[in-house]
Amino acid sequence: MMKFVAKDKLNGFFAAADAQLHLYIPTDDANGKAKYTRWQEGAVMSKALNTTRSAKDFFFPQTENLVEFKMSGKNIEIIDPRREHEDFAVFGVRACDAKSFEILDSVYLADPVDTYYKNRRDHGLVISMACTRPTETCFCGTFGIDAAEPVGDVVCYPTESGYFFDGKTEKGSAFLAKIADVFEDKAEDEVKAQKEATKKILAKLPLANLKADAFGGEGDKLMKFFNSPKWAELSEACIACGTCTFVCPTCQCYDIKDYDTGHGIKRFRCWDSCMYSDFTKMAHGNPRLTQVERFRQRFMHKLVYYPENNNGTMGCVGCGRCLASCPISMNIVKVMKALEGDK
Amino acid sequence: MQEVIKKRAIELLSDGTVTRVLGWKKGEFAYDVTPAVFETAEEIERDFVYDDFTAANVSKYLMKETAKAEGKVLAFLKPCDTYSFNQLVTEHKINREKTYLIGIPCEGKADVNKIKAAGAEGIVGIRAEGDNFVVETLYGDVTAAKKDVMAERCLSCKSKKHTAYDELIGEDGEVIPDCGRFDLVEKLEGMTSAERFEFWRGELSRCIRCNACRNVCPACTCEQCVFDNPNSGIAQKAAADTFEEKMFHIIRAYHVAGRCTDCGECSRVCPEQIPLHLLNRKFIKDMNELYGEYQAGEEEGVVSPLTSYTFDDCEPGVVHERGAE
Repeated sequence: MMKFVAKDKLNGFFAAADAQLHLYIPTDDANGKAKYTRWQEGAVMSKALNTTRSAKDFFFPQTENLVEFKMSGKNIEIIDPRREHEDFAVFGVRACDAKSFEILDSVYLADPVDTYYKNRRDHGLVISMACTRPTETCFCGTFGIDAAEPVGDVVCYPTESGYFFDGKTEKGSAFLAKIADVFEDKAEDEVKAQKEATKKILAKLPLANLKADAFGGEGDKLMKFFNSPKWAELSEACIACGTCTFVCPTCQCYDIKDYDTGHGIKRFRCWDSCMYSDFTKMAHGNPRLTQVERFRQRFMHKLVYYPENNNGTMGCVGCGRCLASCPISMNIVKVMKALEGDK
Repeated sequence: MQEVIKKRAIELLSDGTVTRVLGWKKGEFAYDVTPAVFETAEEIERDFVYDDFTAANVSKYLMKETAKAEGKVLAFLKPCDTYSFNQLVTEHKINREKTYLIGIPCEGKADVNKIKAAGAEGIVGIRAEGDNFVVETLYGDVTAAKKDVMAERCLSCKSKKHTAYDELIGEDGEVIPDCGRFDLVEKLEGMTSAERFEFWRGELSRCIRCNACRNVCPACTCEQCVFDNPNSGIAQKAAADTFEEKMFHIIRAYHVAGRCTDCGECSRVCPEQIPLHLLNRKFIKDMNELYGEYQAGEEEGVVSPLTSYTFDDCEPGVVHERGAE
């Protein structure tokens, strides 16, 4: 038996959840693009497969204040702008994005712990949702992710008749117990049938056979990929915008800047992009002078450096956002296929 | 058409007229083409594509490509791309001598986002059948009328005439004076300033500051943009507040005013589908009204009304005469 909410009762689940913590769900904006918004009575869940921006924004926002310095006379007051974050839940996180949090965790929760990130993670509950209609740009399977069986605190399995829920962590089960009234018990046959159906579609995806086995950093792979002559051609059309990095659920680089308030400093961080000309610019200058090198950095990070530092786990989850949004349609899939030819 | 283009490209490569060919390379799917430089007949045979999805304006790539090596670059330009090309030559950004241009006809390009919005998920193939696209998907075929999924900029195409070329493939077209490209601008002008502010606040609030609009823009050719220059005082990697969200786009629109040819690449590449071209079109419409009809890139070497001075120019006070609303 599993916890079940009928299709027409989903709003009741949302209302009950939002009464416990701040609930965010994917909704369509005026232009029909899906994005996470705070649930409110009357909100309609988006039918889109995924949101335009990834769910990483909840834990690693595009801009964040780190510290403030206030000058008064000869004194400098140091203000910590961190506040206890409110408890919140993100509903409808797909398997790819749900997995991306693990990749961000291994960077931000490793010693020294990024307390800003940890604060948000500690207060966030991830309610992921199994996919039933993957699309041509999906390739999470390449990285061992099962779109029909996502990770998360709670997993929601949509079927023809409604939504099944399963608590996967202590936090998730405790949350479901608090709103137990909205659920009925139902045999999980439908979930199994849907998983089988989804599996069949996944096998038919155009990128179903894409493998990442060739990548990683062990042996001589790092230098071999780094020195590949393919980078020049692959990066030729890149316009050096940050679209791929900003829609990416696993891109994790940031820059720290000071804003002069006139009587002090506000120090903040914001997402950075390896595609930008001043990426990792230091006092001595910039270590990557051309777009070829900056372009290479992004894919080396995902496919070689990250797995080398993280027991082989790849730094991409195959969400396909970069495939859908790159202005010139160059992306990690094309890069992988081209580099694999180097074997 | 694609085969005619490929054949001519190979001819010009083989007879030594050009050393490289700038065009479009086919992708993983039916629609994800990438601008590319081809150096051999084999590459062209294998990868060159010209179809309903070759929307990218390749003119700006000629800046880099002509500066890179000796020899001429062959570029295939759609009518709207030729306007960008002329403007870049006028601004001395492209060495015309190192280019060989072939004007190719364009009946408007498809916008895959519109095809997806029409219900096509899991696209595994797209074929043109008369006035329709039949989109083969993992969940069955979807038929969409070409005009319903045409890119916004193509629906209000200003010209099918090539303004620069060495040779043409197909017949040249005409300028389309009543293309309706200012209709939405007029609608915005009809709003109260509060409504208009609300419209742009809503649109620009989605901006993720990826800079795709700027980087793709054939009029944005500064070696270092003020927004990327830590010494400029206004460098930004992300908009810190709603003011900065707007500032970037407004400054950009001002900076390209008089030089923007209305190619529409800014709106094509926006991952958030913000109708950025409307800002540029407002400037174009205002210039037409205040200085007389002017189309950037129509002719090589022409000075824009904003960079020339005549006694008949309107006075700054025109702002007050036109009113705040």
